[in-house]
Order: sequence, then C-alpha cells, then structure tokens
Amino acid sequence: MTNLVLNRRNVLFAAGSSILATGVSGLLLPARADGIAPTDSMSGGSNNYRKGAPIVDRIGKGGFWMSGTVRRAGDGAPLAGQRIQIWAHTIEGQEHEPQSHGATLTDKNGAFRLEIPQIIPVFGQPHGHLAYDSGEFRTVFLRPVMRSAKETSLEAHFVLQPA
Amino acid sequence: MKLAKVPLIWAALAAAIGVPLAAAAMSPLLAWRGPVYIVAGFAGIIALGLVLAQPLLIGGYVPPLSAYRGRRAHHWIGGALLVAVVIHVAGLWFTSPPDMIDALTFSSPTPFSPFGVIAMWAIYTVALLAALRRRLGLRLRTWRIVHIPLALVIVIGSVVHCLLIEGTMETMSKAALCALVLAATMKVIIDLWTRRKPRPLPGESIARQ
Repeated sequence: MTNLVLNRRNVLFAAGSSILATGVSGLLLPARADGIAPTDSMSGGSNNYRKGAPIVDRIGKGGFWMSGTVRRAGDGAPLAGQRIQIWAHTIEGQEHEPQSHGATLTDKNGAFRLEIPQIIPVFGQPHGHLAYDSGEFRTVFLRPVMRSAKETSLEAHFVLQPA
Repeated sequence: MKLAKVPLIWAALAAAIGVPLAAAAMSPLLAWRGPVYIVAGFAGIIALGLVLAQPLLIGGYVPPLSAYRGRRAHHWIGGALLVAVVIHVAGLWFTSPPDMIDALTFSSPTPFSPFGVIAMWAIYTVALLAALRRRLGLRLRTWRIVHIPLALVIVIGSVVHCLLIEGTMETMSKAALCALVLAATMKVIIDLWTRRKPRPLPGESIARQ
C-alpha cells in the first residue's frame, strides 16, 4: 500500500520493480514495437541466493508482505504457476541462512504474495531479493529497495522472456 | 584562559567521536546482526572518528600536543585508521562475500559503496607512501602535493559513504561527525595555504612566490 509510486510506475511501464531498475528500462523500452520489455536482473540481485528454496506458506513468523506479478515479455500475458524465490535479511535471520529463504507460486493472474518476517536494513539498505530461476524463461534476479525501513511490504514485478 | 581551553577541546573531540559511537551502540539493528558484522560496522564508525582526529592533529589544534607530538600522533592514528578499514572490509566480507565483491569491483547496487572503496584505496595509498616516504626521499613539499589530494579523497569519500548508509549510526550524530570532519579538513588546508606563503618551506624558491 505504501508503494503507490512504485506500483503506478510498474503498472504503467510494466518493467522492473525497483526505482533502480525501472528508472531507465521502464521508461525507455515499452515504447518499442515488440510490446512489453523483459525485466533485466538487477545488480546484486543474486547475492546470497540458495537454489531450490522450498515452496512455503510463509517464511518464519511473517509480518511483512512481499508481492508482485509475473508476466510474459511482448504481450504482457500473466504467467500462472511460476515459482518465485524470496529471501532477505529479516528479524528472524540473515540473508544467507536457509530459514530466510522460501518460494511461492503465482496465481492465475500471475500475481504472487508471500508473508515473510520484517526486513531490516543490511549492508546499508533495507532490501529484499527475488528470483525466477525455473528454466522455462530466462533467469531474473531482483533486488527491490524499501523506501523506508519502517515499511511492512515490498513489491517486485517480473516480465520474463523465453530462455 | 589557555588552561581552560585544553580540557574543553579534548572533551569536544571525545564527544564528537564518542556520541555517535554510543548512539550506534544503542541501535535496534544490532539485535539482528552477528558479532562479526557488528565489529565490522563499528570499525567503520571508529575509522570515521579517526578521520576527524587526523586534520586536528596535523594542524596542531589539539593542545597541549606540540607540533612534533601532533605529527607523531597523526602517523600513529593513520596506522590505526588503516587497521580499522581493514577490519571493516574483512568483517563485511565475512558477513556477506557477494555483497563485498560487488562493492570492491564497483558493481554494487548501493550508491555509497564506490565512495567507501575509493576512500579505502586512498587510505592504503597514503599508508604505503608514508611508510616508504624516507626510502623514496620525498620532501615535505612533494609529500604534501601527494598527501593533501589523497586526504581530500579520503575525507569526502568517507563522509559521503557514511551519510548514504542506512545502518546502525543515528542520523543526527552521524551528520554532526561528518560536518566536523569536513570542517576540520577545510581548516587545516586553509591554514596550510595561508601559513605557507609568508614562510616558504626549505628548498622552495622565494622567487616563484
């Protein structure tokens, strides 16, 4: 709810998820004739990634919502059943620790939502990590940054292209 | 008058470095950090405190230290700064190797990282040159031409690095420490500049002035 600016930008331009990534690609690419541009991996996005995190109902005790959408590059069609892996440094564990990792699947609208423990600033920025790494589409790692460490939700949006 | 000034200056210096450290020690973020990460973070804060001490010592603003004593202390504090930075970087590397590799290769998403890394290299360079200064036969004038720009890189890099970080440091005490670092650096450079003109250094041609 607090990410209204991010939301609007992502909906309008349908690319990327954070201020960093959408800033350039989101503004420039969608005007192209081939439709909605794929999301690029963000720098540092794959840091402390653990491949194959289990699908969970919730990471730890929850309290913080990580959400977003997964769509297909070009026509922007929502992609259902896509596995998104999420991890962050939270009040329940550091980024590299297994209990800080989990995965969820997108619904029929291509949306995903996973409750995780509160993210806290680490390495100078309050941020989360998300990955699409299932093979059918090209792997994308995102690293959205919270506008304030007090926020209790964060969004990241994927536009995937075939591998 | 002079007697009262001495403890005041030391108290101010102790507060300028001690208050940000104490405020950081009360940060709630510490509860969710491992010991190595905490040590790494505090090594960074201490390093910034040492960066404040350096211009004050070399400028002779910390009585009752004589110019000679001040310079000796400047050398030792320089060594301590080097050690603090090594601990800062090593501790962060241990905490999250990929984030540190990103920072050191200038490919980090965090805008403050390159400022810290550039300041780090400037500190290493100054330390190396200081250690080799006699062997290289660097005169005071040459040394200053090398050291002052690097000192400016260290100061500006450290201050920007620190200000952009959202971490354990409390905002106001951090900003105050950074402002003092900048002010002390400007003061010593201005003093050096204005002091040098009437009193040319040995070996410096008066005709050139």
